[in-house]
Amino acid sequence: MKGLLQGLRITARNLVGSFRDPERLTTVAYPEQKLALPPQFRSFPFLVAGSAEDPIGSLRCVACLICQKECPPACIHIERSTDKKPDAAGKPQFYPAQFDIDFSVCMNCGICAEVCPFDAIRMGQDYEIATEERALALTWNRAQLTRAVP
Amino acid sequence: MSFGDLLEVSVGPHHPSTHGVFRMRVTLDGETVVRLKPVFGYLHRNHEKIAESISYLGSMPFTDRLDYMNAMSNNWAYALAVEKLTGQSVPERAEYVRIILAELTRLLNHVCLAGFLLQDMGASGTPLMYAFREREKILDLFESLSGSRMMCNFQRFGGCRQDLSADWLREAGRLIDRFGPFLDEFELLLAGNEIVLARTQGVGVLPRALAISAGATGPVLRASGVAYDLRQADGYGLYPRFPFRVPYGTHGDTYDRYRVRVLEMRESLGILRQALATLPEGPVLDPKARLRGLRPKAGEAYGRIEGPKGEIGFYLVSDGGPNPYRYRVRPPSLINLTALEDMCLGHTLADAVVILGSIDIVLGEVDR
Amino acid sequence: MRDLLIIAALIGFFAGLFAVLTWAERKLLGRVQNRPGPNRTGPFGVLQPVADGIKMLTKEDIVPAHCDRTLHLLAPVVVVALSILTFAVIPFGRHWLPADLDCGILFFFAAGSGTELAVFMAGWASRNKYSLLAAMRALAQLISYELPLLLSWVPVVIVSGSLSTQGVVLAQSGWAFGFLPRWNVFTPWGAAGLVLFLIAAVAECNRSPFDLPEAESELIAGHLTEYSGFKYALFFMAEYFGMSALSAMAVTLFLGGWGPPLPGLGFVPTPLWFLAKLLALLFGFIWLRATWPRLRLDQLTRLGWLGLLPLCLVNLAAAGIWRSGRDWPGAGQIGRWLGAAACIGLPAAVLLLRAAVRRAPRTYAYRSA
Repeated sequence: MKGLLQGLRITARNLVGSFRDPERLTTVAYPEQKLALPPQFRSFPFLVAGSAEDPIGSLRCVACLICQKECPPACIHIERSTDKKPDAAGKPQFYPAQFDIDFSVCMNCGICAEVCPFDAIRMGQDYEIATEERALALTWNRAQLTRAVP
Repeated sequence: MSFGDLLEVSVGPHHPSTHGVFRMRVTLDGETVVRLKPVFGYLHRNHEKIAESISYLGSMPFTDRLDYMNAMSNNWAYALAVEKLTGQSVPERAEYVRIILAELTRLLNHVCLAGFLLQDMGASGTPLMYAFREREKILDLFESLSGSRMMCNFQRFGGCRQDLSADWLREAGRLIDRFGPFLDEFELLLAGNEIVLARTQGVGVLPRALAISAGATGPVLRASGVAYDLRQADGYGLYPRFPFRVPYGTHGDTYDRYRVRVLEMRESLGILRQALATLPEGPVLDPKARLRGLRPKAGEAYGRIEGPKGEIGFYLVSDGGPNPYRYRVRPPSLINLTALEDMCLGHTLADAVVILGSIDIVLGEVDR
Repeated sequence: MRDLLIIAALIGFFAGLFAVLTWAERKLLGRVQNRPGPNRTGPFGVLQPVADGIKMLTKEDIVPAHCDRTLHLLAPVVVVALSILTFAVIPFGRHWLPADLDCGILFFFAAGSGTELAVFMAGWASRNKYSLLAAMRALAQLISYELPLLLSWVPVVIVSGSLSTQGVVLAQSGWAFGFLPRWNVFTPWGAAGLVLFLIAAVAECNRSPFDLPEAESELIAGHLTEYSGFKYALFFMAEYFGMSALSAMAVTLFLGGWGPPLPGLGFVPTPLWFLAKLLALLFGFIWLRATWPRLRLDQLTRLGWLGLLPLCLVNLAAAGIWRSGRDWPGAGQIGRWLGAAACIGLPAAVLLLRAAVRRAPRTYAYRSA
């Protein structure tokens, strides 16, 4: 009998406490309130561009294809260009003519960002990317993936 | 044995209480279970075959998804296997970090099990919500460290991916201090509860000999009277530096399995306090560690740890190439599950659900 | 004409109470579980019952192909009709008794027991072996707890001398020692009787911790598997009506009905006292659901037959001592109290101790490194 009554006391304590103690009402009312994300949080990758005026032209990616090779679910598809362009240091480099990531397959593991020797792809924090179509709406192309980083 | 007037019920795979897509074909004589055949494979994702076609590093995020609640432990077991295969050494701080994360994982797994077991018994979600409230704090710690709450992808061959910051350590210390009182409140809610006692004592007895011969490990084995814990028996990592006690039961019923896990949580808190207090400085990744393009010499290795559900091990065979030749997971949930029928015979269907809950399975690990 | 208005008011009030109860249950359960409960449909989620009602009414009514259509339709109707019937004999206030029957209490429980037949009708008509099994189990539970439910109020009738509900309430009027109301719960047999009545009431309503028939982790949805839409809503409503009715009867029998708790508070209209006590008991139902897991069916029936039934019989003896000691002089009153308390207290203590010894928390051994 004692155990049963003690249980009732704990639930009563939680009931009363939920009105006074924020520890006892931990719900965050999404989407009106959103949790603050830690800086380490990784959602989907994005391509780093040097300048905001010409994002595609200032992409750091040199199409070395390492991220495509290392991606575990193989959701990255890169087409290397046939010509070379000078990069930020002036050296001629290949660039990705096409860079597609299928976000419906991507599992946010971050290995692409980890293995990139040029810090050209990083993990972003944007998680609200849901769409209403199924077919290819979640495959993002080079333009959608590029983000200028100051 | 003729099953003419017996009732065959299929519990699952769509069922609120089977902890995943799991099916039990139960044959009932009135209310009593006379036969129980588990059917699984609904979550099979070809993990072991995929591992043969991607690199060693690429398999690491897939190990998160095996026992998807204990990603940090799975990562460690796999990293251990690869380190044995390549002869890679691990710096001291990284070993401490691995122990801290593994014990935090043990806390969140056991607290999750306690909540779900009571939910299966019909406590309408209250203990589950309390357990998840605390689990969220640990998951927040994992998120601020590795970037993801559950799919951590954190351990690497030769250490960890990232170092623990002073803020993180402070937050972890606060969490551990608050976890003890939470456990006290949780126990007060349920440990002496007469209904829980009536539902779990004497239900689903796993005899000691059967537990050993079935290959059960983890709390299931310890509740049946075998005080075998890999952290003490194998002494992997730097566990010998943190003396702790291993609780074990004598009856082998659901109550023992539940209580052994709660007592293990308290022991984990002790290990965590010691580890946080004596954490040494240093790198968390061996400078000579190779992550990408790892080509171990031909050979085989078996790396195992005492995961929260039991002994999780990875058996790797290398032929010198960049991908493993054979990659095999020892799934503790599946091996513990093989004794399910013996535990359930003679009980009712309601008990079968509770017994299944007390074994603590995760279908990601059972099916891989 | 006046009777029709009373009936309409009764049905309207309890339907409204049902809506409020579903909302309150979800909010309270949420708060106990550290979450807010419904808060999107209207401020604080008060329109949630409206949303649920719309959902239930607009769902497709699926009837199994080979079922017994008459019984399938009749079961929810019967259960709701009988539940509403039971409200007729409850005194909500001093002059607020819809039907003043001489044997009001008997009528109440007779109508209430009829709902058990509807449960079996539901299981039988569904032509589904799982539903039938579950219906039989539900029926076993309901029948096991009928006896304790009925026996727990027989002491009330013995002491009050009347089977009519208004008579029972009037017999609890007056003040002992000038301030303590003479409610039945303040006597040894009354306190025990209230506890036994409430345990049996929780079992009769299929509420946690006795809600095995509707448990989700059991044979699908129990005897209500084949019901959808409005018929399911009717069963749901009948469960809450049953809860309200049994709580109202507990208030009438043991908690002094519409009587105020302290002298001098007689200016407050009596229906408000009744409502306050009713809501307190309903809160107790919700509190129990939030806290305790459910019992297995055989444990449940064992509790009913071997635990509650003997205690109810012993309670009759305690009430007998109480009643015969009404006129004992002076110190005899202390004897009356002690006698009645011992008569019911000692067997209860024995049973609880035996249960505690049979199942106790265990201690565990450790192995050090």
